[in-house]
Amino acid sequence: MAAAVPGACRARAAAVLLLLGCCSAALAGGLQDQAEQFFRSGHTNNWAVLVCTSRFWFNYRHVANTLSVYRSVKRLGIPDSHIVLMLADDMACNPRNPKPATVFSHKNMELNVYGDDVEVDYRSYEVTVENFLRVLTGRIPPSTPRSKRLLSDDRSNILIYMTGHGGNGFLKFQDSEEITNVELADAFEQMWQKRRYNELLFIIDTCQGASMYERFYSPNIMALASSQVGEDSLSHQPDLGIGVHLMDRYTFYVLEFLEEIHPASQTNMNDLFQVCPKSLCVSTPGHRTDLFRRDPQNVLITDFFGSVRKVEITTETVSLDRDVAAFESTFPEEELATEPLKYAEQLPVAQIIHQKPKQKDWHPPGGFILGLWALIIMVFFKTYGIKHMKHVF
Amino acid sequence: GGMAAALLLLLLLLAAGPGPGRAGAGQEQRDALREELLLSPLPTGDVAATFQFRTRWDADLQRGAVSHYRLFPKALGRLVAALGVRELHLALTQGFWRTRYWGQPPLQAPAGAELWVWFQPTVTDVDKAWKELSNILSGIFCASLNFIDSTNTVIPTASFKPLGLANGTDHRLLRYAVLPREVVCTENLTPWKKLLPCGSKAGLAVLLKAERLFHSSYHSQAVHIRPVCRDASCLAVSWELRQTLTVVFDFFSSGQGKKDWSLFKMFSRTLTDTCPLASQSKVYVDISPKNKEKELLEVSPPPTSVHEAIVQGDKKTYAVYDLLSPSLFNTSRSLNVQLKWKRPQDSSEMPIPTLHAQRYVGGYGLQTGEICTLIFNTHPYRAFPVILLETVPWYLRLYVHTLTIITKGKENKPSYIHYQPAQDRRRPHLLEMLIQLPANSVTKITIQFERALLKWTEYPPDPNHGFYVGYSSVLSALVPSVTAMKDMDVEQSPLFASLFPSSDGSSYFVRLYTEPLLVNLPTPDFSMPYNVICLTCTVVAVCYGSFYNLLTRTFHVEEPSRGGLAKRLANIIRKLRGVPPL
Repeated sequence: MAAAVPGACRARAAAVLLLLGCCSAALAGGLQDQAEQFFRSGHTNNWAVLVCTSRFWFNYRHVANTLSVYRSVKRLGIPDSHIVLMLADDMACNPRNPKPATVFSHKNMELNVYGDDVEVDYRSYEVTVENFLRVLTGRIPPSTPRSKRLLSDDRSNILIYMTGHGGNGFLKFQDSEEITNVELADAFEQMWQKRRYNELLFIIDTCQGASMYERFYSPNIMALASSQVGEDSLSHQPDLGIGVHLMDRYTFYVLEFLEEIHPASQTNMNDLFQVCPKSLCVSTPGHRTDLFRRDPQNVLITDFFGSVRKVEITTETVSLDRDVAAFESTFPEEELATEPLKYAEQLPVAQIIHQKPKQKDWHPPGGFILGLWALIIMVFFKTYGIKHMKHVF
Repeated sequence: GGMAAALLLLLLLLAAGPGPGRAGAGQEQRDALREELLLSPLPTGDVAATFQFRTRWDADLQRGAVSHYRLFPKALGRLVAALGVRELHLALTQGFWRTRYWGQPPLQAPAGAELWVWFQPTVTDVDKAWKELSNILSGIFCASLNFIDSTNTVIPTASFKPLGLANGTDHRLLRYAVLPREVVCTENLTPWKKLLPCGSKAGLAVLLKAERLFHSSYHSQAVHIRPVCRDASCLAVSWELRQTLTVVFDFFSSGQGKKDWSLFKMFSRTLTDTCPLASQSKVYVDISPKNKEKELLEVSPPPTSVHEAIVQGDKKTYAVYDLLSPSLFNTSRSLNVQLKWKRPQDSSEMPIPTLHAQRYVGGYGLQTGEICTLIFNTHPYRAFPVILLETVPWYLRLYVHTLTIITKGKENKPSYIHYQPAQDRRRPHLLEMLIQLPANSVTKITIQFERALLKWTEYPPDPNHGFYVGYSSVLSALVPSVTAMKDMDVEQSPLFASLFPSSDGSSYFVRLYTEPLLVNLPTPDFSMPYNVICLTCTVVAVCYGSFYNLLTRTFHVEEPSRGGLAKRLANIIRKLRGVPPL
């Protein structure tokens, strides 16, 4: 009997211990879930603003850079309605392009990044600093069409990619104006104040690109640049058939990296930071994550480059209304004309010759004429005295 | 009993089943799509392909709220209803149609973007509606049409009449604008293709691939919306949307120097099936004999029928392939129409079109210049009138007193002139003239201009490219036909023959555009503001700084310093020596 009791006690203790173990495991699992929820991004939609700021044929590579990012972003799921693509010059249908309607990124014309289904929102002369800042901050004239607006909200993750020629603290737009890093930082702050983004990824591929993200001060921004201050970003390889350099090195290796990504991949930002080491890129790519709330380890590439929807599976059934008959389109009663309508004559010579000239609208006399007459009248009365006035009227 | 009940139930189900689902289909379809492709070999060995897709909708878009769109695209339908548009014509063109070598174009457009719109009389503020319309279209077609404003919009009084039904032509409801700098590329083709009911997945539109279409001498895509007669009695109005695409493939670059053409050689694709939404889908090949000889052109596979028509005043024969006829796709799944020449064509026999024109800029230097337009009437005995429309931007100041029109050495006075001078930065010049062209003559119209100096912020980022002068002049003419045309039923005739409503069989209406011209304006040195600022600041600093110093500097006597340590020691030694100190 004495041996059985400790056995039972031991068994009970073991059972209690087991229960406790299970509970703690469950609790830990719940905590883990919560922790993961915290580290997962809370965005519901994705936007991309892709800007190429250079004009002229020899800057073909900047357009190819932007189009290759456009292509990756479209492939990973962001639709055209959520992409604002700004190209400062037209390379595909440029008269100097030996293969029209194509923009290649690899030499020997392997990959046409222009494709057959491209929609450019801001073209050629429309790519200006003013338009770019208006797109970012949302202060757009009321008649702008939807495809030219950045309609993001506070749950949007936005990818901003810029390429062109730049220097220490500025980026050149179209050979005639610049945008400085201070202006860009202020624009992002405006976006934060207006709750226009949840998280923002800023990538820039220009010479001395790191200077552009030095001044950012708004939260939730992660920035990557192709070169440090004092370094030049170099181009990759020329194509002898087309005659210009096709891409910049940094974006070339980023494109190769992105070609491996598919919508379900779990690659994170740390891998993107390792793209293009100094041996391949000659310049030192830089990044800045201090303003970002999450750890880059937990940020998926598809959080910014793709449009991955979170799907919840439900087993409830939803019944649709079968009464489609009510949806029949009813056309209003049409009033038929009483006499037949006719087409206008295209060149009614007789009517044109005898056309009366258009009555010009009467405008009140302008300031100059009024002033002149006032001067004449004043001179007259000053010369001849005021007593003549009663004779005039 | 149970069996009977079950049968009854089955019958009821059969009767009632398709009911609600087919309500839409049981109703008569009020819109129809016709598509056609016209292949015409040109005298120089090139080949022109014209696609026309026409959606006709038997509903009045202006009256009543229409909410169910089937074939007619909703974006354009809503635009027409909301902005009170009566007619809309938008064309995006790359290249130039060489009338002298290729013949009269079926439908020509100037290089760049051209937009002309007739508004309904109910629109009160036409300029505001025009601005909104150009902005909305720039979003739909990915073109920079938002650059259309008062500096490039004109109101022609006689050159443009409505192409659709109209019961009055008040010219204050018409607006016309051309953007010659506009580039046309795949991003304009993509939304254009998306307006087609079958997209680019079935029917004739599978041939529209950008890589081949833009590797051509001329590419023009257009959208025309207008009201048309619903039937012969013309008591009701239907709305017609016509999308046309004309492309000319070059003999040397696309044809590799050989005159034989085929669909695969032109488009690198063949036709595989028809668009299920199209009620008619045909391919026409122009096999008209030249010089009244036996046919030189052979087409294969054999066509389903041969159609003869009088198009642009001349009798033409077409081989027709009806894609909806079941016999066409019997043997093979794809249709590749091939054109072969039976015997080599005489290259010296190039027919000259009755009307063609040319324009160039004369003069030298960066101050003055001259615009010359030459119009050729090659008809042996008939004279006809022509309306010339010239739009010149404000920065070329025209001297209208130097306008001369000379035909066969004598002055030719126009029967109608409308001139509206330009206002700086607000309005361009508008010159419209009705000129009678005598038979077999060349008319030369010249006008001199002076170039203005723009403000330095008004130059585009690449000012050394030049500025486009006077968007191409528009010539509208009634050219006498070679063969009289019968009045034919608009519905039965092929689409390419029915855009311009013809009233009289003895002449046909044609609209020609001339070349866009490029002119250099005096361009300043854009680094000068920087140089001026540096120089001015230096001068100011030196002069003003000196003056300021002179005026505000106060002088006070300063004790000579006792000197450093070395001096003091030296003075002590000198005192010892009895020599005066330093």
